[in-house]
Amino acid sequence: MNITRRSFIKSLALNSAVAAASTLFPGISFGAWKSKDLPAGMIQWKKTPCRFCGTGCGLLVGVSSKRAVAVKGDPNCTVNKGLCCVKGYHSIQILYGEDRIKKALVRKNGKLVEVPLKEALDLVAQKMKETIKSHGKDAVAIYGSGQWSIPDGYAASKLFKGCIGTNNVEANARLCMASAVTGFLTSFGLDEPMGCYDDIDHADVFVTWGNNMAEMHPVLFSRMLANRQSKKHVKIIDFATRTTRSSQGSDKSILFRPQTDLAVANAICYEIIRNKWVNWDFVNKHVSFHKGKTNIGYGTQDHFKFKDKAETVDFKEYKDFLNDYTPENVEKISGVSAQDIKYMASLYGDPDKKVTSFWCMGMNQHTRGTWINNLVYNIHLLVGKISSPGNSPFSLTGQPSACGTVREVGTLTHKLPHGVVMNEGARKMAAEIWQVPVENIDPKPTYHTVEMFRALDRGDIRFMWVQVTNPMVTMPNLKRYRNGALKEGRFMVVSEIYPTPTSDVADVILPSALWIEREGFFGNSERRTQHNEQIIPTPGDTMCNTWQLIEVARRLGFEKQFPWSRETYIEDIWNEYIRFHDTPKHRMAPYKELKARSGIQWPFVNGMETKWRYNPKYDPAAQGDDFDFYGKPDRKAWIWLRPYEPAAESPDSEYPFWLNTGRVLEHWHTGSMTRRVPILHRAVPESYVEVNPDDAARLGITNGSKVKMTSRRGSIIMKASINGRGNPPKGMVFVPFFDEKYLINEVTLDAFCPISKQPDYKKCAVKLERA
Amino acid sequence: MPVFSYLAYPVKGAKEELLNELAALDHCEVMPAENEEILILVTDAPNEEQEQELQKKIKQLKSLQSLGMTFGHGDA
Repeated sequence: MNITRRSFIKSLALNSAVAAASTLFPGISFGAWKSKDLPAGMIQWKKTPCRFCGTGCGLLVGVSSKRAVAVKGDPNCTVNKGLCCVKGYHSIQILYGEDRIKKALVRKNGKLVEVPLKEALDLVAQKMKETIKSHGKDAVAIYGSGQWSIPDGYAASKLFKGCIGTNNVEANARLCMASAVTGFLTSFGLDEPMGCYDDIDHADVFVTWGNNMAEMHPVLFSRMLANRQSKKHVKIIDFATRTTRSSQGSDKSILFRPQTDLAVANAICYEIIRNKWVNWDFVNKHVSFHKGKTNIGYGTQDHFKFKDKAETVDFKEYKDFLNDYTPENVEKISGVSAQDIKYMASLYGDPDKKVTSFWCMGMNQHTRGTWINNLVYNIHLLVGKISSPGNSPFSLTGQPSACGTVREVGTLTHKLPHGVVMNEGARKMAAEIWQVPVENIDPKPTYHTVEMFRALDRGDIRFMWVQVTNPMVTMPNLKRYRNGALKEGRFMVVSEIYPTPTSDVADVILPSALWIEREGFFGNSERRTQHNEQIIPTPGDTMCNTWQLIEVARRLGFEKQFPWSRETYIEDIWNEYIRFHDTPKHRMAPYKELKARSGIQWPFVNGMETKWRYNPKYDPAAQGDDFDFYGKPDRKAWIWLRPYEPAAESPDSEYPFWLNTGRVLEHWHTGSMTRRVPILHRAVPESYVEVNPDDAARLGITNGSKVKMTSRRGSIIMKASINGRGNPPKGMVFVPFFDEKYLINEVTLDAFCPISKQPDYKKCAVKLERA
Repeated sequence: MPVFSYLAYPVKGAKEELLNELAALDHCEVMPAENEEILILVTDAPNEEQEQELQKKIKQLKSLQSLGMTFGHGDA
């Protein structure tokens, strides 16, 4: 190691000063420090957002001899304040798995063979041209991810929607966040949370709705625990369908039967009104009441269509609607005691308590996902606990840029970077910024994710490019969609970093640069945009996904729309993209600011971040004295009358168990990265099925014994976990989906919320037997 | 061979002047913040005597308002 003791001490001295300055002046930047050419062997620390969940923790990655060698939490990042979870601490090891894909591969005579990257890119462009010529522009599609960096999604949208002219752009955030989006849009008219993580420091009560934060958002859960530790009176209520580590860390665990959160939320509102806890000053000024369609279906058939219709009602009609949801009635539906329902209502209703509600997949992966989002907003709106420090209905995201790339850039079939394709003004704006004829942008959305894979199966889509996601593990009712991808006449391109079940069905695999091997941006759950520079070199022939798209776009003849140089394209794309959001409602921070700081929350106006939207004290777009819900034409937040309706498939005599699926702390989604990190793999080496101890005893199932689980769509054999880290109630089993050896989604159902089109991975019916 | 690091605060409007004056001194490395009125100073005088002398010179600089030590190492 070429380093002297003295130079090492000087480096420590310098780093100490930088750390001290950063503590005193959050956001301070020392450009010279970052570019200082340290001797080989010395560790240089560089900031980046974490690659994993939507929390958006700031990391400092230690680099030595062009290799990432260490990770620590970034004390300057207000998200995590120096803390990391186990995935974050081991994150750099995902860069160095032995089977990393470093060369392009093309399927020849049935086998994937290495080829020069140029040949693979030529083939991708050629196949796209041929498919469009033979089958039309809507026969090609791209399927991306909330792990797409913002420039990736932007380039994909521009190429497919602006240049090719198809709205066949979707992302896996449809599987995790779509109900949150439609919940925000229907209740407030604008997407993304009004609050921020600072709410955690201000709240007196936390209610987590079907949300195992201790494992899925551990850093935020730690911040809740820290608040409770410091204030003593703070309460955490875990409202869920199974007992988890979050339940163990909470003050009270309340279990409800799957799908009945709808009824409980209405019952809480019933109680708030009955006890006269309504904040009438707030409601009269800032809330209007609406109802939509009911009995809206589940989308299990191809070509399913649904369009909701809002009808304005008055408070009396809302109050009458809630009469079906007395705590006693709802106890029968939900299994939650009337006493617990009243207790939850009293927490929300107490004018002296600030309440924050958190949720993630439990509410979003729900056949009435939009509705349950609406109903939790209803609770906060009735008591006026919203858009102020500590009072926050807060939808958490699962992926690092589900907000930044999918929701803000708009990489969904109906979306544009600003507005929707159906809106002429939004199309004109996009056409002008993208320098394409406005006629190029199709005013009709095509396929949401489930329907896109159905279209691939049917043959309506012939070419699909998948980037940064693993649908051959994650699609519900998986067998149909894998068989569809393998059909004759389909061409699959997969941009990947490791072999996966999705790359197994590829005709071309493009080797991708990962995370800090390229420059980019993520956008986290609290409207925070985070820049990462390229910290280490790209290995082999790997290439940034954005540049892959640019290469193919140029081969398709769109040089004018993709003119950027390899040196500056990320900055150039950012500067183009932020033109879409140049209003006080959504202004993004300039590139230079983002580069210098550990994330900035939008709207960023006159050099100031916005922590709480719709509140003129904090939000430059809000008008008036107290609150201004400017997303809706009536400048009010909407309370919705949404009833309880049952799940698409419920247990019966033949399939008597609920199947619930989800994640574990140690593994990121399908495990394609974290299973290659030895310490994470050893912690949870394979998936399992959690079985309630009473059910296990009745069926003769013991801990670790093999269990066969069967639904109407498929079956799987895996080991039982009894009294493990999670414990489902009687009549329910739970399976983590991270392990490609056990494709649990061959068992799940592809039913979805008719409004958001997000599938419900939490509820279908299965039977169990000893294997 | 003592090594120290400091946060150096200039008098108002004198950040550039302080940067130049510190950089002109032997055994000093200076790094200005890009977006704050503050500098980082790292000193590595070869011995205790020169360290004392360097400290005297630094304290005489009129562009310097104050110094806050962030790291100290005394090596024989």
